[in-house]
Amino acid sequence: MPIFLEKRQLVTPGDLIAEGEYVAGENTYIEKNRIYASRVGIVEYETKKIDVVALKAFYVPRMGDVVIGTITEVGFNGWMVDINSPYPALLRASDVLSRPFKPQKDDLPQVLDVGDLVVANIISYDRTHDPQLTVAEPGLGKITRGQIVKVTPTKIPRVIGRKGSMISTIKQETGCNIILGVNGVILITGKTLEDEQLAMRAILRIEEESHTTGLTDRITQMLKEEKSKREETK
Amino acid sequence: MNEKSEKLIDKKGLRLDGRKPDELRPVKLQVGAITNADGSAYIEQGKNKILAGVYGPREVHPKHLALQDRTLLKCRYHMAPFSVQERKSPAPSRREVELSKVIRESLEPAIFLEYYPRTMIDVFVEVLQADGGTRCAAITAAALALADSGVPMRDLVAACAAGKVEDTIVLDLMDTEDKMGSADVPVALMPNMNAITLLQMDGTLSLEEFESTVNLALDGCKQIYAMQKEALKTKYVSVKEEEKEENKEEAEE
Amino acid sequence: MAAVITRVKQKQISQLVAKGNRLDDRELTDYREMKIEQGIIERAEGSARVILGKTEVVVGVKIETGEPFPDTPNEGVLTVNAELVPLASPGFEPGPPDENSIELARIVDRGIRESKVIDTAKLVIEPAKKVFVVFIDVYVLNHDGNLIDASALAAMAALLNTKMANYEIEDGEIKIKPGYEPLPTKKHPITITCAKIGEKLVVDPSLEEEQVMDARISFAIDDEENICAIQKGGSGYFEPKEIFEASKIAKQKADEIRKKLNW
Repeated sequence: MPIFLEKRQLVTPGDLIAEGEYVAGENTYIEKNRIYASRVGIVEYETKKIDVVALKAFYVPRMGDVVIGTITEVGFNGWMVDINSPYPALLRASDVLSRPFKPQKDDLPQVLDVGDLVVANIISYDRTHDPQLTVAEPGLGKITRGQIVKVTPTKIPRVIGRKGSMISTIKQETGCNIILGVNGVILITGKTLEDEQLAMRAILRIEEESHTTGLTDRITQMLKEEKSKREETK
Repeated sequence: MNEKSEKLIDKKGLRLDGRKPDELRPVKLQVGAITNADGSAYIEQGKNKILAGVYGPREVHPKHLALQDRTLLKCRYHMAPFSVQERKSPAPSRREVELSKVIRESLEPAIFLEYYPRTMIDVFVEVLQADGGTRCAAITAAALALADSGVPMRDLVAACAAGKVEDTIVLDLMDTEDKMGSADVPVALMPNMNAITLLQMDGTLSLEEFESTVNLALDGCKQIYAMQKEALKTKYVSVKEEEKEENKEEAEE
Repeated sequence: MAAVITRVKQKQISQLVAKGNRLDDRELTDYREMKIEQGIIERAEGSARVILGKTEVVVGVKIETGEPFPDTPNEGVLTVNAELVPLASPGFEPGPPDENSIELARIVDRGIRESKVIDTAKLVIEPAKKVFVVFIDVYVLNHDGNLIDASALAAMAALLNTKMANYEIEDGEIKIKPGYEPLPTKKHPITITCAKIGEKLVVDPSLEEEQVMDARISFAIDDEENICAIQKGGSGYFEPKEIFEASKIAKQKADEIRKKLNW
């Protein structure tokens, strides 16, 4: 019952990874007891389950995900939000106002207008309807400051790192608050613009080199080097 | 009939461009050429120069065309006015309409369309220079562009034509051979499932000749398939190589 | 195309075919009842109507004069057009030809052109200047499946029915003389379409079978049992052995039909 490839090997759609009693995980599919890759990525497996960590994939909404999106349309009783997905999301006025929406009194563009950014949670989504968002929880709502950086959504786990090690390092070294949208959109708020940009560079580098090893150490080193450079110029 | 000033296959059995009957033209594949598209690829095959770009999956416009249970795949095959000897009008010709349809039908079986209902994927193929076999090269590039875009696929689709020229079955006909030869059979293949997703023919072949021609074309498809995989991996392997070098240097210090 | 086919019917058809049966009790390799009438449109130089099961196609042939194509100055012109008229099916909309009607026209065209039915050299009036242009117009009047085979048959029947007026050239002008000559036809290609349903191949798919099929493949076979044109269609696929099996079925059926029609 063989697995034909080593861990961390690069595969393309249609590559045969294993045959036998295995579970087809992320970005794989099973046909007649054989597991194939369905996206370009790196093979990973733990005992029975075989995954392919995709190098590029778009975001598909899931209930409970925290996402960062852009308002694209002010509608009749809510807003359409671009959450970097093939499916546009809906944010109801009643959710944002925390009370029923009164068309005569409430002026929606005043609350949220086209181009505004929000951090939101996906409260409902299925194959027949577009996803619905909520901002009625602490930590969610309109974004008023900070930097936005976009990465391909499959890299978010790499940005988080094992047990959060990568993201804690970046936060620590740059002193920034970072919100990671599962949809690949990341919000960085720091004390200074330089801190924010340093965090951005670290994240973009992670995206580029995500399929390599020793990344956490290299990023930590890069951040420390940049910081000491700045100390010297002061 | 026109007098042929030169034979298509010479006494040594070589073709006009020096190839053996079962030889492909030189192929160059590049993934990710267009940064705006979600996925893209560029192919040169002989004198053919073709660019493919993919947008999607994204919302369907107009909305009423959306399919409730799967992605809508759209495909446009278009030739640039300067791609052929005599300038071609930019307006879509009947041939381009037919090719857009058969190319789309050659790619559909490869994509997991049922995963993303009510979305659409646009595949755009632009032929910048044409020299025979453009629909096959177009499919080869489009499949790469789709894989590059991150859309989940069962397999890549590789395409190649074979045909008959002066009583010899040949692989990968160029334009002169297509025009002067007696048959041209373009084929597209998903190798894992041994699935033929495109098959057309014009010309005249006996049933036995047809079988040999298709088998030769399938051989060509498999060679192209290997090149497609290389092209996809090349995009990511270069960084891995650099990193290996760095690790080696550090270890030696 | 037509109304959405129910899942129950889809399953019924697939299960029947797997056992070698079809909804209308045909064998997998049987054609539906075929009726061909020629000369039904007097205004056209040639015409024919084909009724295949409930599918109905009319083809009219018109002959005009025109200039030859620049790369073939010593050949007449042959052109095929197809119309899926709105009344033929709830799925056909009025408007310019869509990809389905263009594909249909080009398949019929290839079958006729590649098998060299018409010796286009005989259509030249004045080399490089004036030639006869043969317009073959396919008109689908009712769509109940397998438009390809019905249209190809009708086109061939119409060509066999086509008469050209006798003429002579006087001072560079064409003068019509009394009498007619049949259009010189050399071959009688027949197009056979197979649909793949599950693991089986069925010949002459009905509309419902087309809605269930994975893919279709059409072969144009000439009098010498050569293949002159092939078109795979549909969003499914064929395995190589299925293609070769279909080609053998097509050869056999084409021979049968040609004999039956006495072509």
